[in-house]
Amino acid sequence: MESINYKVEKEPQETLAMDPMKFILWLFLVSIIMLFASQTSAYLVRRAEGNWLEFEMPRIFWYSTVVLLISSIAMQWAYFAAKKDQFKQLKIAISITFVLGLAFLWMQFEGWKQLVAMNVYFVGNPSGSFFYVFTGLHGFHIISGLIVLLFSWMAAFRLKVHAKNLRRIQICATYWHFLDILWLYLFVFLLTFN
Amino acid sequence: MSAIEGLETAHHHDTEHEHHHEAPNFWQKYIFSEDHKVIAKQYLITGILWAVIGISMSIVFRIQLGFQDANLSWLKPVLGGWISDSGKLDPNFYLALVTMHGTIMVFFVLTAGLSGTFSNFLIPLQIGARDMASGFMNMLSYWFFFLASVIMFASLFIQTGPAAGGWVIYPPLSALPQAHPGSGLGMTLWLASMAFFIVSQLLGGINYITTVINLRTRGMSFDRLPLTIWAFLITAVLGLISFPVLLSSVLLLIFDRHFGTSFYLSDIYINGEALPNVGGSPILFQHLFWFLGHPEVYIVLLPGLGITSEIIATNSRKPIFGYRAMIASMLGIAFLAFIVWAHHMFVTGMNPFLGSVFMFLTLIIAVPSAVKGFNYITTLWRGNIVFTPGMLFSIGLVSLFVSGGLTGIILGNSALDIQLHDTYFVVAHFHLVMGAASAFGLFAGVYHWFPKMFGRMMNNSLGQIHFWLTFIGIYLVFIPMHYVGIAGFPRRYYQFTSYDFTNKFMDMNMFISVAAIFTFVAQFIFLWNFFYSIFKGRKAPQNPWRSNTLEWTAPINPGHGNWEGELPAVYRWSYDYSKPGAKEDFIPQNIPYSQTLESNFPHENELIATEKAIESQNFNDQFKNAH
Ligand code: HEM
Ligand SMILES: [Cu+2]
Repeated sequence: MESINYKVEKEPQETLAMDPMKFILWLFLVSIIMLFASQTSAYLVRRAEGNWLEFEMPRIFWYSTVVLLISSIAMQWAYFAAKKDQFKQLKIAISITFVLGLAFLWMQFEGWKQLVAMNVYFVGNPSGSFFYVFTGLHGFHIISGLIVLLFSWMAAFRLKVHAKNLRRIQICATYWHFLDILWLYLFVFLLTFN
Repeated sequence: MSAIEGLETAHHHDTEHEHHHEAPNFWQKYIFSEDHKVIAKQYLITGILWAVIGISMSIVFRIQLGFQDANLSWLKPVLGGWISDSGKLDPNFYLALVTMHGTIMVFFVLTAGLSGTFSNFLIPLQIGARDMASGFMNMLSYWFFFLASVIMFASLFIQTGPAAGGWVIYPPLSALPQAHPGSGLGMTLWLASMAFFIVSQLLGGINYITTVINLRTRGMSFDRLPLTIWAFLITAVLGLISFPVLLSSVLLLIFDRHFGTSFYLSDIYINGEALPNVGGSPILFQHLFWFLGHPEVYIVLLPGLGITSEIIATNSRKPIFGYRAMIASMLGIAFLAFIVWAHHMFVTGMNPFLGSVFMFLTLIIAVPSAVKGFNYITTLWRGNIVFTPGMLFSIGLVSLFVSGGLTGIILGNSALDIQLHDTYFVVAHFHLVMGAASAFGLFAGVYHWFPKMFGRMMNNSLGQIHFWLTFIGIYLVFIPMHYVGIAGFPRRYYQFTSYDFTNKFMDMNMFISVAAIFTFVAQFIFLWNFFYSIFKGRKAPQNPWRSNTLEWTAPINPGHGNWEGELPAVYRWSYDYSKPGAKEDFIPQNIPYSQTLESNFPHENELIATEKAIESQNFNDQFKNAH
């Protein structure tokens, strides 16, 4: 009796837990999370010490947030399209994601210009410097995300992304959504602790 | 995961591996190799070269500390202008030497050299995988480390000298070029090198974790993993979480240095003139740095502890005592490592209440550490001990870990630390518990796995001599150093001629220096033994230490892919030594219980039913055959 129990219990212990490439991606995301977690905690530690310049976040960052959110939705649409082998939709959706990603970057840059117009500089009170560092580091990761997207985009146009070959677009979508959520976190953080 | 997807990935692996393994040329085989065993050797050799450089530096400043009037002109061919015409070491260069010694030993030797070598070498071989999850990333990891090495090495030769702010590079000293000649270009190169180093460690660590979790062979459940693998896994997780934080702090420092921001700088006057930076906080840097820094000391030590567990069990011919307790204490240490960083900052003007909290957390680390200590000793207790060089170094590690850990408990008291902080007592503490202990782990690992790495044996007698000279030498250096520290000698001072109290201890410092030189010289025995045996050592047998782990079932000189034919299946844990009733005093992990009826425990007989199921699984084979 017991041995049968054991068997039932042991059998599913297939040692392969997950696609190693996807697993690597998740660990990579952990390191990015730690990077930003340390940045934001440094922000809080420094802010608690006083001598902190307060300024209002330019409106454009609200708009860029919306743009990035929409791009994430488009990314998901692309993924669903790929799953159903709807190549036309896939191409449209992935192109929209890419363009919106570029638009986001451009808007962040405009936001920097507005900050400069408000006399908040990279060099000066750390509250401003941190703002530039957060948006800059995130923007840097968005660029890396765009590169990943570009590869998926090329694969999509060569019809290499389809229901039986989803790995690439899955990795791409996970990363893109992650960057979206990361920005939401930074955005809310900067709004709350300005 | 659905079956189709599973097949798809399996297929993907096949194609991915086939196209660049068809006929590896010289470059693919030895330089840009993706074989974990070659990468491990690359790490080992690079680590050894760095160790020679790093330890030589310490000898130079030990001479300075022990013999202040010594004439160092004989070093002129190497150090050139850093030795004055009257044969004196340049005080600025003294600080640079201390800094580079720390950086090299902590990061390049004991992090990259130790984890890089043994995680790379042992993870696939002991879990029964053909290679790392991503051979390409693994190769990149080494070459990023190489790049970091080249930059750091180059910084030794620039005119203003290498970085000199201590291995912890506290600003403002490290941030302002005016503060020290080494804080100019030297520091820039240090930061660039460390940025690449962090990338290298992340690439390596991500690979180790993925491999251990996803590529274990059939039957290799987590409770059958050798403790080495557990240690490497936990080490990699620590690195994954803490190295990005170091990157963060380094990044902000770079902005402060090159773009004029004020993250760490405030209200600084140089020659009566105020700098423009206001509003920064140098303490912020310490928080960020030590959030990495403390886990880093365990990143350095844990692989050594894992190696020791394996070697002590094998050479005591006994199962490791408290396998689960060992894992639990490593997990406990890893968790606590993240919440004790402020014990390095007790005297930064921290709120005393906060200090007590960190003191409490710090002292708790003594508990899992002691559990490990006891388990090693109880494993040795009444074992049929075989004193191989690897075993001697493992026992030595336990001894150093205990004696260095004791002084940690003293330092962990925030009140005592007021007196002891930044003295040679701290230096003695961490050299025993981190420096020497991990170096012993490295030696133990090299002696033990040399046959697997190079297919030859190292000379046993030379190994024994090397051990005793090193073991005695290390204690002769660091026990007296505690007294020098209690007497109040601050660390990172060029010489101690300005105070009265220091004169009384000059002979002690001299003694330490002599002992250091003695220990240094003893290491050449190892170097000779190592390089000679690679080419001329006695040919290794299949399983020289009669060990249970899977690497000894692979061919003596494994090709890329490690096993010919099928991967081995695993049916038991790796510590079945001297099992009552068994024919031999060891039963390797790939022997099923159905073949050892005479020694099985009742619950193991029940496991026989699962063997068929284990045997039929074979999803993890990355590429079907060795080549
Ligand atoms: C019982 C366990 C331990 C306790 C309570 C402990 C406590 C401490 C404390 C309080 C300090 C700061 C001293 C000061 O700067 O004033 C310190 C320094 C240090 N400890 Fe430990 N320690 C322990 C174990 C270890 C281990 C296992 C390692 C390494 C593997 C280690 C490595 C270091 C290093 C590298 C430093 C000095 C860093 C520097 O300032 O350059 N310690 N330890
Ligand atoms: Cu610490």
